[in-house]
Amino acid sequence: MVSSPNELFNQPLAVINIGLKIFAEALQEQAVPCVHVDWRPPAGGDSNLLAILAKLNS
Amino acid sequence: MKAKIDNANATALQRMLDSQPVWVDVKAAHEVIPAMDKYQIFHAGPPVSWEEMCQPMQGAIVAALKYEGLATSTDEAFALASSGKIKFSPCHEARAVGPMTGIISYSMPVLVVENKTFGNLAFSTINEGAGDVLRFGAYSDNAVHRLIWMEKVLAPALKAAVNKMEGLSLKVIMAQALQMGDELHMRNQASSALFIKTMAKPLAEVVDDNKKLQEIMAFLTQNNDQFFLNFAMAAQKATADAAHGIEYSTLVTTIARNGVNVGIRVSGLGDQWFTAPAPPVDGLYFTGFSAADANPDIGDSAIMETCGLGGLAMAAAPAVVRFLGAGTYRDALKYTNDMYEITVGENPHFAMPNLDFRGTPMGIDIRKVIETSITPVINTAIVSSKAGVGMIGAGVARAPLSMFEQALLAFVEKLNL
Repeated sequence: MVSSPNELFNQPLAVINIGLKIFAEALQEQAVPCVHVDWRPPAGGDSNLLAILAKLNS
Repeated sequence: MKAKIDNANATALQRMLDSQPVWVDVKAAHEVIPAMDKYQIFHAGPPVSWEEMCQPMQGAIVAALKYEGLATSTDEAFALASSGKIKFSPCHEARAVGPMTGIISYSMPVLVVENKTFGNLAFSTINEGAGDVLRFGAYSDNAVHRLIWMEKVLAPALKAAVNKMEGLSLKVIMAQALQMGDELHMRNQASSALFIKTMAKPLAEVVDDNKKLQEIMAFLTQNNDQFFLNFAMAAQKATADAAHGIEYSTLVTTIARNGVNVGIRVSGLGDQWFTAPAPPVDGLYFTGFSAADANPDIGDSAIMETCGLGGLAMAAAPAVVRFLGAGTYRDALKYTNDMYEITVGENPHFAMPNLDFRGTPMGIDIRKVIETSITPVINTAIVSSKAGVGMIGAGVARAPLSMFEQALLAFVEKLNL
């Protein structure tokens, strides 16, 4: 269990990046181990479409 | 509601999987399209008027009017086409498909494909090969003469051969070709080779005139690697139509482009089109051409993607990746893997060796497209925006998301939700 942010950043990092790939690429360019998860908000975050999907999937 | 939709989609998917498209005949378009007359022309994609059409489609119509003998010159053909006397309709609304401009006129021979499981028919033009060809908008004398030769020499031979064979299973050829590195939209090297291997003996048996047989074999074997595409398109059309009209189904049964707009139709939404501007094609250009010369995406050939081949099966075809400028083989794997996110099933008949024989993604669900914002990827040729110039490259296009949004809205409106 890491007790403080300082301690976390004082050890080698292994990163899981979710969403924007540019952050993963920036870390990979610095030789930081990083796994990228290709994720985006459902329906692009459009609340109207999300409501429709909820009706159809109910 | 979810259970109703899921059940309807399972039915639609099963009908696609159970389909057995068999090439059974070659007939003139007017023999198979009810009440067709000489002043009726079918085109690729959703409905479009003469005034709205892109130049390649207008050029192809000019070629068709000259071929039909309705005009004796190019000027006369343009005048007739714009006079209001010609009725233009989508091929898809006549159970037909055509690559690129997709023009089908009264006398043109079409491949007749029967879905043996469900009895429905589908039709496609015969591929003209490379060079000056109507499908890319050419209306030169060469293009017209080729159409006449296809009607008078090639079509009767193909008809006699397939009649003698009592049909040819297209699904068998397609499944084999997929295992030989074709994705069957922009790469048909294996399928065309398999087709010619299968047809050589029957053709030799039915064509008595040795000169004609030589012409036919030269046409089929020289610079004509996409010859099988039209057979595959008719097979996919027969397959998609079998899954159309299932109440509550949200599966896509048509994706087609006319060079101005692209449209989809959905199984549970009848014959309504949902359209968006045809997207540009991201790809590689032949020497001397660039994106500035390109027409937006065009053709009914996205019927290949509609039923899980072409861009959806890019992982099966490493050789097509560089041809399309689609990056590396790793990108091809990603394209196909992404398509599993928007489909409801897999087709075990179309197994891809490179994915450890996993079946192709099958049954594009508009709900999944909207949820993920991932849209179908379409492999395609790029045609010049100027009529008659022809193919200038090849690449990848994405079906626009807005069509799927419109379809989803129409779906909830229909259900009064």
